[in-house]
Amino acid sequence: MAEIVTNKLTAKDYKSDQEVRWCPGCGDHAVLSSVQRAMAELDIPKEKFVFISGIGCSSRFPYYMDTYGFHSIHGRAAAIASGVKTANPELSVWQITGDGDALAIGGNHFIHVIRRNIDINLILFNNEIYGLTKGQFSPTSAKGLVTKTSPFGTIEEPFSVGELVIGAKGKFFARSVDTNIALSVQIYIEAAKHNGTSVIEVLQNCVIFNDGIHDNVTGKDVRDDRTVILKHGQPMIFGKESDKGLILDGLKLKVVQIGKGGITEKDILVHDAFEPNPGIQYMLANMSYPEYPVALGVIRSVPGPTYDRSVHEQIGAIKKTSKIRSMADLLASGSTWEVK
Amino acid sequence: MGKNSEVIEREEVVIRFSGDSGDGMQLTGSLFSDTAALFGNDLLTFPDYPAEIRAPTGSVGGVSGYQVHVGHSEIYTPGDMTDILVAMNPAAIKANAKWIKPGGTIIYDQDNFTEKNIEKAGYESDPIKEENLEDYNIIAAPISSMVKEALKDFGLDPKSVLRTKNMFALGMVYWLFNSNLEYTEEYFVKKFQKSAGMAEANKVALRAGFYYAETIEALHTVYKILPAEIAKGTYRNICGNAATAWGFIAAAEKAGLQLFIGSYPITPATGILEELAARKDLGVISFQAEDEIAGICTALGASFSGRLAVTSTSGPGLALKSEAIGLAVMAELPLVIVDVQRGGPSTGLPTKTEQADLMQALFGRNGECPVVVIAASTPADCFHFAFEAARIALEHMTPVILLTDGYLANGTEPWRIPDMNDLPKINPPFADKGDIPFLPYKRDEIKLVRSWAIPGTPGLEHRIGGLEKTVKGTVSYVPENHEHMVNLRAEKVERVVNDIPDLVIKGDNSGDILLVGWGGKYGYLLTALNELQAEGHKVSLVNFNYINPLPKNVKDIFKGFKKIVVCELNLGQFANYLRMKHQEFTYDQINKVQGLPFTTKEIKDKCYKILEGI
Repeated sequence: MAEIVTNKLTAKDYKSDQEVRWCPGCGDHAVLSSVQRAMAELDIPKEKFVFISGIGCSSRFPYYMDTYGFHSIHGRAAAIASGVKTANPELSVWQITGDGDALAIGGNHFIHVIRRNIDINLILFNNEIYGLTKGQFSPTSAKGLVTKTSPFGTIEEPFSVGELVIGAKGKFFARSVDTNIALSVQIYIEAAKHNGTSVIEVLQNCVIFNDGIHDNVTGKDVRDDRTVILKHGQPMIFGKESDKGLILDGLKLKVVQIGKGGITEKDILVHDAFEPNPGIQYMLANMSYPEYPVALGVIRSVPGPTYDRSVHEQIGAIKKTSKIRSMADLLASGSTWEVK
Repeated sequence: MGKNSEVIEREEVVIRFSGDSGDGMQLTGSLFSDTAALFGNDLLTFPDYPAEIRAPTGSVGGVSGYQVHVGHSEIYTPGDMTDILVAMNPAAIKANAKWIKPGGTIIYDQDNFTEKNIEKAGYESDPIKEENLEDYNIIAAPISSMVKEALKDFGLDPKSVLRTKNMFALGMVYWLFNSNLEYTEEYFVKKFQKSAGMAEANKVALRAGFYYAETIEALHTVYKILPAEIAKGTYRNICGNAATAWGFIAAAEKAGLQLFIGSYPITPATGILEELAARKDLGVISFQAEDEIAGICTALGASFSGRLAVTSTSGPGLALKSEAIGLAVMAELPLVIVDVQRGGPSTGLPTKTEQADLMQALFGRNGECPVVVIAASTPADCFHFAFEAARIALEHMTPVILLTDGYLANGTEPWRIPDMNDLPKINPPFADKGDIPFLPYKRDEIKLVRSWAIPGTPGLEHRIGGLEKTVKGTVSYVPENHEHMVNLRAEKVERVVNDIPDLVIKGDNSGDILLVGWGGKYGYLLTALNELQAEGHKVSLVNFNYINPLPKNVKDIFKGFKKIVVCELNLGQFANYLRMKHQEFTYDQINKVQGLPFTTKEIKDKCYKILEGI
C-alpha cells in the first residue's frame, strides 16, 4: 500500500485573521486555544468543521476560527446547528454557547437538540453571569448572587448543566475548566468522536463581572482536593496526595479517605462513562463543593442512534421502495383525469 | 330518475354540506367534489371548520361545513350563497340560514332534529319556521333511522352505523346531480382495506341514500351541469397547501438541491409540513421543530449547509420568526417563509381567512430589513408561486415571504398538471475555486447577490452572522460601512423587479374603475368584474402577486383609470402600501374583516356607489 502523505495541520492553521477581542485575562482565550489544538489532533478535513454560535461573549468564537462559521442570534445556535447537521451529517458541527444563551433564552432548543441526539458538539461556557450585557445574573448564578439586576441577591435556584443534560436524555456530558488545556483538548477530542449530542460544560472565568467565581474549586492551591478528574475504567480518586476517593454509601456518594477506617483503593468506585443507566453519572455531575469534589472529565458517554443519520437512513429506505422517484411521478400519482 | 323530477340544466350550482365537527362533512364534501371533477366540471371548494376539533355536539360553534361550487364554465370562487344545504342537525341550519339562496333546497336529518338539539341550536321548536324557510324546497329525511335499518344485518355497533349518515346524505345529493357512484365506492374499498365490512356498510348507506332520493317525490329537480370547457391535459384536484409543498419539491428538483423544511404545526399551515414529511421518496428532509423559532432556525442552518430551505407558518408564527428572518437578511441566505394567513391579531380566528399579515410580512422586523414578498391567488397557483418564491430566494440570495391564506390552503380546485420540462432551471450563485480567497459579501454587479459557499468545500471557509460586516466578512461598526451595506441590501431586493413579470390587466386599459386586489381574493374580484362588465360598466381588474418589489408597470396601468379601488380583507394595508410606493395616485378602498371572503354583491354594491360619484 502506498504511503499516504497528509498535510498535518497545526493549531495555528485554525486561527482566522481576525483580531481576538475578548477582555485580557478572559477564560475564553484558553478555550479557543484548546479547541484549535483539538482540531489539529482530529482526523477531520478542515473544510468540514462548522462553528455555530448564538449571542454572548463566547459567541464571537466562530470569527476567530478559520473554518466555516455562523454567528447567529440569541439562544438559537442549537436550532441552527441542528439544521446544519441534519442537512449534512458529513459536517463536524460545533456549537459555542454560554449559560445565558443556552439555558435561558435558548433553553428550549438546548433540551430538544439533546433529546434528539443530533450529532453536534456543544461547548457551554459557564461563567454564571451575563458578560456582554455587563453583569446580570444568569440561570446558573448561585442563589443569593448580587448583580446589577439582583442588587439584594438572587432568589432563584440555579440550573445544574449536567442535571439538565441527563434530564433531557443526554448521552454525553463532560466538564472541564477553561485554563486546564490538556484536559479540555482531550475532552473535545472525545466529544468529536462521540456520535450524538456532546455537551461540554467549561467552568469559565469572567474577569470583569464575575471574577474568580470558580476559584474556590479550580484555584491552583485547592483544585486537587476539590475536583476529581473522572476517567472511564479508573477509580474515582483525587486529592493532592491521591488519598481521597468516592464510594457508594447506601443511595448516596460519599467522600472517603483511603487508608482510613479500613478503606482501600479497591473500595473506591470505578468510573463507567458508558453505562446507559445514568444513576451514578447523575450524582457525579451534580457533586458540588464543599460536600464533594466537582467532577471533571467525561462523566457520561453512551452511544445511541443520532437524529441526523436516522433522517437520512429513513429517506434512503423509503426511496428504495417508493414508486415515486421524481416530481413528474408525483404529479401523475393518485387520482388524475384526462381532458381531451 | 324519479318520474316527477324535472331535469334542470345549470351553468353552476353551489352546495354546502354542514353538520357537527364529527359528522364527516369535510370528507363528504371532498368526495362530492372529486366526483364532479372526474366528470369534467370546473369547481372550487371551501372547507369551513371550527378551530375546536370536537366542539360540543349540536352546538352552533361546532358546525363544520364544506362548500363546493361546480360549474360548466370557469369557477373562480367557492360561491357566496348556496343552492343546496345538507344539514345534519339544527345547528347547521342556524349557522347557514342566511347563506341559502331564496328558494334553495335544504336536505336535513329529521331524526337529529330532536327537542334537545333544537334547543342547543338556539331555536324554540321548528328551525325551518323560525328562519322563515318554509317556502324553500325542504326535504326532511329520516337519515339516522334509515341507515340503522339499512345496516341492521351488518352486526356493527350503533356508533359505527351512525357514522355512515354522511354517506346516506351524499347518496341523496348524488341522485340530485345524477352522479356516478363509482369513484366514491372505490374510495371505500381503499379507505377500509382492513375492514371489508365497513367498506360495504358505507356503500350500502350511500346507495340507500341514492335510492331513497329516487323514491321520494319531494325532490322535484335534478341538476345537470355539463362538463366545463377547459384546456386539454391531465388534471387532478389539489388544495393550496399541497400545491405549495409540491411547488417547493419542483423547485428543489430544478435547482438540483435537496429540500429541507423546518416547521412547527400551526393552523392552517400544517398541511404543508405534513405533505412534505410524506415525501421522503423525493429526498425531502422534514424537521418538526420544538417551536416556530426553531422551525426557521433549522431551515436557516440547512440553507447555510447548501439546501433549499423553507419554513411554513401562519401569522402568530411569523411574528415569532421575525428575528431569524432578520438574520437571514443579514446573512444573505436563501430561505422561503410561507405564511398561510388567518384571522388575527394574536390567536384570532385560526380557521378563518384574512389578509392582515401584509404589513407584518413587509416590515415586521427590526432595522432596515427588506425581503421579497409574493402572494398566491388560487389553490392551484400556490404551486407556481411556491416555485417562484424558491427561485427568487435561490437566485437572489434572499429570504422570500410567500403569503397564502386559509381559503387557498384548504380550498381545492382542478389543476392541469404541468410538464416539468416547461419549468425553468434554477441557478443559485454557488461560489467555486475561482472565488478563493472567498469574500462572503462580494457581489455580482447585476443582481448585487453574494456567492453561496457551501460548508465542506475546501478553501471557501468563511464566517457570516448577524453583526454588520464588511465585504470581507469582518465585523464592522464603521458608520459609512453600515449605511453602505443597508443600501446594498435594499437595492438587491429592489433589483428583483427585473426578474418578475409585469402586472396583467383584466379588461380595458382605461375606464372608470380599476379594481385592485392582491393574493388569494382574486376569484371574488374576478366574478364581480365579470358581472360589472356584463352590466356595461367600464371596470377593469389587476391582482398583485408580486408585492415587494412591485412590478414595473404599476404606474402605466393605474394612470388609465378615474378611480383605483383597492379591495382586501383587512383595514387597508395594501392600499396604504400603494400610497407609500405610488403617491401620485389616490385610492378608494373596499375592506372586510369578518374572517370571511368578499361576496360578489359587496364588491358590486361598493362599485355602484363609487361610479355614482364619478
